[in-house]
Amino acid sequence: MSNEAWETLSNQAVAISGIVYFLGFIAHLWQWASLRKVPVSRVERVAVGAGARSGGVSAGRPAGRRSGATEEAWSEDEVAATAGEGARRRVAMGERLGIILTMIATAVHFVALVGRGMAADPNRVPWGNMYEFTLAGTFFVSLTYLVLLRRFHLAWLGPIVAGFVVTLLMIDVIWLHEEVAPLTEALNSYWLVIHVVSAVIATAAFTLGGFTSVLYLLKERAERKELAGAGVGAGTAGDTAAVGAAGETAAPAVRGYLARVPDLVGLDRLTYRLHAFAFPVWTFAVLITGPIWAHEAWSRYWNWDPKEVWAFITWVVYAAYLHARATAGFKGRNAAILALIGLATLWFNFIGINFFSSSSMHSYA
Amino acid sequence: MSTERTGRTGPADRPDWPATEGDGTGGAAAEGPATDPGAAPVEGPGSGVPGRRPGELTFRETLRWGWRQLTSMRTALVLLLLVALAAIPGSIVPQEDVDSFAVGQWQEDHPRLTPIYERLGLFSVYDSPWFAAIYLLLMISLVGCILPRLRVYARAVRAKPPRAPRNLTRLPDHTSYRTQESPADAAAAVAAVLRKRRYRVVEEPEPDAAGDVVVRAERGYLREAGNLVFHLSVLVVLAGFAMGSLLGYQGGVITLVGNGFANNVTQYDDLDSGSLWSPDDLEPFAYTIEDFDIDWYRSGPAFGQARAFSAQLSYTEDVTEGTPEKTYDLRVNHPLTIGDTDLFLIGHGYAPVITVRDAEGEVAYSGPTIFLPTDLTFASFGVVKVPDGLDTQVGLEGEFYPYYGFDMETGPYSVFGEASNPRMSLIMYTGDLGMDSGAPQSVYALQRDGLEPELDADGVPVRFDLAVGDVAELPDGLGTVEFEGLERWNRIQISQTPGKLVALGGVVAALVGLLGSLFIRPRRVWVRVRPAPVGGWGDVGGDEDDQDAEGGPTLVVVGVLDRSTGAGGGDEELQGILEDVRGPRVRAERSEETA
Ligand code: HEM
Repeated sequence: MSNEAWETLSNQAVAISGIVYFLGFIAHLWQWASLRKVPVSRVERVAVGAGARSGGVSAGRPAGRRSGATEEAWSEDEVAATAGEGARRRVAMGERLGIILTMIATAVHFVALVGRGMAADPNRVPWGNMYEFTLAGTFFVSLTYLVLLRRFHLAWLGPIVAGFVVTLLMIDVIWLHEEVAPLTEALNSYWLVIHVVSAVIATAAFTLGGFTSVLYLLKERAERKELAGAGVGAGTAGDTAAVGAAGETAAPAVRGYLARVPDLVGLDRLTYRLHAFAFPVWTFAVLITGPIWAHEAWSRYWNWDPKEVWAFITWVVYAAYLHARATAGFKGRNAAILALIGLATLWFNFIGINFFSSSSMHSYA
Repeated sequence: MSTERTGRTGPADRPDWPATEGDGTGGAAAEGPATDPGAAPVEGPGSGVPGRRPGELTFRETLRWGWRQLTSMRTALVLLLLVALAAIPGSIVPQEDVDSFAVGQWQEDHPRLTPIYERLGLFSVYDSPWFAAIYLLLMISLVGCILPRLRVYARAVRAKPPRAPRNLTRLPDHTSYRTQESPADAAAAVAAVLRKRRYRVVEEPEPDAAGDVVVRAERGYLREAGNLVFHLSVLVVLAGFAMGSLLGYQGGVITLVGNGFANNVTQYDDLDSGSLWSPDDLEPFAYTIEDFDIDWYRSGPAFGQARAFSAQLSYTEDVTEGTPEKTYDLRVNHPLTIGDTDLFLIGHGYAPVITVRDAEGEVAYSGPTIFLPTDLTFASFGVVKVPDGLDTQVGLEGEFYPYYGFDMETGPYSVFGEASNPRMSLIMYTGDLGMDSGAPQSVYALQRDGLEPELDADGVPVRFDLAVGDVAELPDGLGTVEFEGLERWNRIQISQTPGKLVALGGVVAALVGLLGSLFIRPRRVWVRVRPAPVGGWGDVGGDEDDQDAEGGPTLVVVGVLDRSTGAGGGDEELQGILEDVRGPRVRAERSEETA
């Protein structure tokens, strides 16, 4: 295939994956619209059946609905029992459809990335400019979500991920699109591949961690309001979580999205795990491969170039986040806020610095 | 169905078990209660919580109190955020170290702010005293934090798993089951599983006072080691970084292709060295640029960009010893290392050979003149200064276009960087070049103060447009200027960065330590086994709903304490232990359930 053909293929693949993400988003919205009418049951106790050598193994303590981010947001039995078979089918169908569409979209998204790399002469990794970095970054957000989907029962993140990715892809195509061009000489290094790949993966995981931090804060606020007796319809309307306003109301008739995401302990733990994964990867990208590459290309391993400064700031803020989780008085809410500050610095570095500072040697992305 | 634990102990019902608190290992995480995410703040050594109010303290106590404050987790957190905050101005205000040209320009644009900024050190934030103060405080805090932890850890690694709490059901993750085995066998079975899961296990030989057979186990000792390695490595990185900036230097030189360079301070165009560096540290090498190749994109979206460029060097590592000559293909991303010194090719450009003659044809100026590229097409800017030899001092200033093109709207331009159609366009100044005052001035620009542009009869500045071989007459019979030919130059960056391997080693060690710290899950497990009456009883902690004795007469209670910082997973560990104890049949059942 010619370079032009690859480029066309890539452009078309971006468009198609965008549409499919959007359909996945719609499917998830439909699922959650159906779920809204189902009251969230308060499971008091979960018991496990008999084992080989033992009698019943009974699990711990009475508790709120879900914990540990290791349970699904809803169960078929529960929905069927409270809202009927029709609702169960709609919810199950919406979720399955949403996930499958997201998978397809991610696969097509991958084709778009490959096409981009093949269209360049010489062939290269598809992250030479902001358009490509965004394309790759959103791909890894979606991929990371899919990889973790089963292990952490993340289907409830589906609408956020699909909505987020389709939005960014749209911005990317409309404002950031650039034609395929070869890399400048300094970027032509395998350190670039390792450096950028790890930076993109870390960015994706931090971004997912940002979603769960936002959910933590929203849920924490909703619960506080509920506790304070503010009761009905604690105003989380206009919810940044992309999925309709989380009309959390007083128990027992708690409904809506926020009520079904994991409890605070679970959200906090999931957030931590995402960051615990992302932080070492970021360390590797920014403090190991970045300096090695900078040393080879620019003769100094650390230049205090604005891009580097902000990568360092991001690193320090996330280190502070990890500290916060171990410090009495900072964990929970403050830690989540720190995680979001970290994410803000990360995104600012990617977006803002390019407009803000002309002296950055990293002017390509 | 699932065995997922559906809740965790919150602060209110935190287990309170003297057996593990204050056993030395618990104290290891004195600042960060690494025991339970819901745990209340731990007070104790290093916790930063003073025993009394500061007002009541003696001087020594105040010192101690201050030290504890400084080495507390909270302070570390605040200092980390301060470092992040303090780093910001350096990314907004141009930095002397990064781009001194931009600094100059900024200062010209902001004459009023400049003195203030200068006083605050905002043009070199990362060398400024206040930035140093913050990170030194952080480092002191780090050392103060790490040293005691090292001591505690040294003890903890050798310690046996702590005694079992009396009531295991008060642990955040626990479970119980019944079995037909004797208590001793049941305990041994769990102990075997725990050993296999790499726990350090102690089986108490005698039943304890309550009549329970007790197994206690602990694993994940390396987590704290990882944490300590990480924090110590931060110091190593800083040491490596400091070595580089104190003992290193960085210099740049523009060398014409075909010419050579000997490593000597006088040969550098610019040189920026650390305060402990001395010119004696320069290594006695020399090089010659034999040839320079460049490969242009001639089509496509990158038209005019360089695909690759390289300089063929021949070099001698030690001129004094007369070591044999070697060659190297110097390219971007492929520096040449000679001893401790690294050479980088970071730029290239054109040097038109310009000759100025007086009216009699005597040469007043001649030679390749370095023009600096102003854009990607290598349209370049340069000057010629002729202080002597003509009737007046003459300065020529102008543009060089390697591939000349002309456009009615934009005027002359360069199509791209290849010298296919080289042209020069020079404007002439006369007057005083300002070179006699002895003040240093740039060789790449004219000092205009004493100069007037030479105007023609119409009052338009005199301009010479020259192709290679062209000669132009200077006005007033001053002489001629000739564009004789074209040479190329390379900009070579030369630097010594001692400590770079120290820094790299430090970061790698930090990363390894970090992985250990984040992913090794420190856990304690206790097992209490006892022949139990049907119906359960509160004190050992059979669960209230453990009403059926069908499983057997022996009750086994297992409690897990996850000591990682809220990564959780104690429930998963418990589940894993149970599966191992009960064997494959359970797993089969479970997979049916999930199917
Ligand atoms: C350059 C400064 C520092 C950086 C970059 C840094 C970074 C980190 C990181 C990334 C972690 C997470 C590892 C984990 O969660 O296990 C951590 C943990 C920890 N840090 Fe630091 N730290 C710094 C300074 C300090 C200081 C000054 C103290 C002492 C007050 C300290 C005490 C701790 C402790 C106790 C933990 C373990 C918390 C836990 O139990 O998980 N750190 N640090």
